[in-house]
Amino acid sequence: MIRYRIPLIFHFLGILFAAIVLSACQKSPGSTNASTISLQTIENKGSDTMVNLALAWAEAYQAKRPDISISVTGGGSGTGMAALINGTVDIANASRQIKPEERADAELNGIFPTEFIVARDAIAIIVNPENPVNRLTIDQIADIYSGKINNWSEVGGENLLIVRLSRETNSGTHIYFLEHVLRKGNKEDKTLFSTNTLLLPSSEGIGSEICQNPHAIGYDGLGYVTEDMKVIAVSTTTEGPYVLPSIHTVTSQEYPISRDLYIYSSGEPIGNVRDYLDWILSSEAQEIVLGLGFVPITPQ
Amino acid sequence: MREVSISEFIISRLIRIAGYSAILFVAVIFIFLLHEGAPAIIEIPFSAFLNTRWYPIESYYGILPLIGGSIIITIGAAFIAVPLGLATAIFIAEVAPRWARDILKPMVEVLGGLPSVLLGFIGILVVSPFVRTAFSLPTGLTAFTGALLLGAISIPTIVSVAEDALDAVPKTYRDAAMALGATKWQIIWKVTLPAARSGVLTAIMLGIGRAIGETMTVMMVTGNAPVMPTELIALFRPVRTMTATIASEMGEVANGSVHYHVLFFIGIVLFLISLIINLTAASVVFKTKKRAERILS
Repeated sequence: MIRYRIPLIFHFLGILFAAIVLSACQKSPGSTNASTISLQTIENKGSDTMVNLALAWAEAYQAKRPDISISVTGGGSGTGMAALINGTVDIANASRQIKPEERADAELNGIFPTEFIVARDAIAIIVNPENPVNRLTIDQIADIYSGKINNWSEVGGENLLIVRLSRETNSGTHIYFLEHVLRKGNKEDKTLFSTNTLLLPSSEGIGSEICQNPHAIGYDGLGYVTEDMKVIAVSTTTEGPYVLPSIHTVTSQEYPISRDLYIYSSGEPIGNVRDYLDWILSSEAQEIVLGLGFVPITPQ
Repeated sequence: MREVSISEFIISRLIRIAGYSAILFVAVIFIFLLHEGAPAIIEIPFSAFLNTRWYPIESYYGILPLIGGSIIITIGAAFIAVPLGLATAIFIAEVAPRWARDILKPMVEVLGGLPSVLLGFIGILVVSPFVRTAFSLPTGLTAFTGALLLGAISIPTIVSVAEDALDAVPKTYRDAAMALGATKWQIIWKVTLPAARSGVLTAIMLGIGRAIGETMTVMMVTGNAPVMPTELIALFRPVRTMTATIASEMGEVANGSVHYHVLFFIGIVLFLISLIINLTAASVVFKTKKRAERILS
């Protein structure tokens, strides 16, 4: 009885030790494999809005070209531009155009950024199908979200309180909406979202609330709109024309809440970077654009 | 004899290390929180925290709406979960026959194992539309919806722990009360519940702790609008909790930024709130416990 107890502990310690040794062994083959393959790397940094798109492109391209490694990081369009100016990346993603001062800084460093429009992004305004409102002006949308308009009857709907839905503040769409719809592109404007704007963590959350709540208004990328939501036609002026978002109206620039998404390369791209950018503009890569809810630059 | 003492020495040390490690982990977590969150107090004036506007991307760091949101939901959940949970525990321990207990208790415990994201999903699809139409509200994504679901999450914890405590009350207590002519209700209310008081309080505290720390469900069903809850009607309006704020914003902030430090500061506040709840409960339990009860329990 007494002798039995001690070996039990040592068995336990022995198993523990064996487990540690085994788990340590498992790691070593992986690390040696990685170091034997040498890859040509393309550094890609910038817009958070585009980071998923850039990752999808990178994954698909690396599957085609195993000799190329593309490292994609976010951080925002400004971060990407700064990296491009400092020469630490090959290509920078941006959901806005390069600023004149950024271009000047880059040229001082001997870098001449070349612009590529790689995709377009439309933001649809969506409501419940039961909502009789079909069209809104940008000003009305801005007033709804900033809290100046609180009832659907003020914009030609029923006497119902408006429930505002938005993506979380970390979403690029949220920022774009704040800057270009609420503030209408005016940098001095300090308008904020009304505090009772519901900040939903996912597009699914916005979708399900829109589908079952006639009070609700929401906005989201065109790719997230489903058949059981009603899309609002938008105009910049009260006279119209009121335009529904579609791949066609975005391409023709008729739909007002849309923007280009850019990639900037340092100088005229050469070699692998050239190949990669050419591929991004190909119909194969633009199909990935469509799949992620953005609008391709060449109509499919 | 010596061999026994060696094994006992090792075993008792292992157990002691396991015990101390709990304290160590709490201390390490708290130090980490302090290290990451304390810079927030230096970076922005304290009065900025007492603002009622939370919009970190434009440097509005008022955390009062978030604290208010967490508190209103937790109180709501407690009002739902404590009476229902205790009633269920009493029913299972005192009223239901033995065979019913053997079925009911495991079922309640299975309910406790439901992933919170699943409850949140049910909340979005079923509870929130129901709340909206039942109370004719503009939206069903409200604090009340969150409280209902958090109540559902804490009930299994409360039932399970409280039932164990009630079950541990010696049968002689009940027999003595019955011999004195007490009714079933009198036995439950005057004898069993007071005797199991410390266990029942622990159950309630664990339940509330579960509710205040719950993240996924509240993030999905409360609308996350950082509105300062000032009156009772706020229960039927959207709110934003501390946990949902940390969860939804932590993934996207730059390491070491002001926003990052403020999110950890919220973590410290959350930690302190649950610490206060637990300490209060512990002091109530220990203060009122008589020596005789300590021996018996």
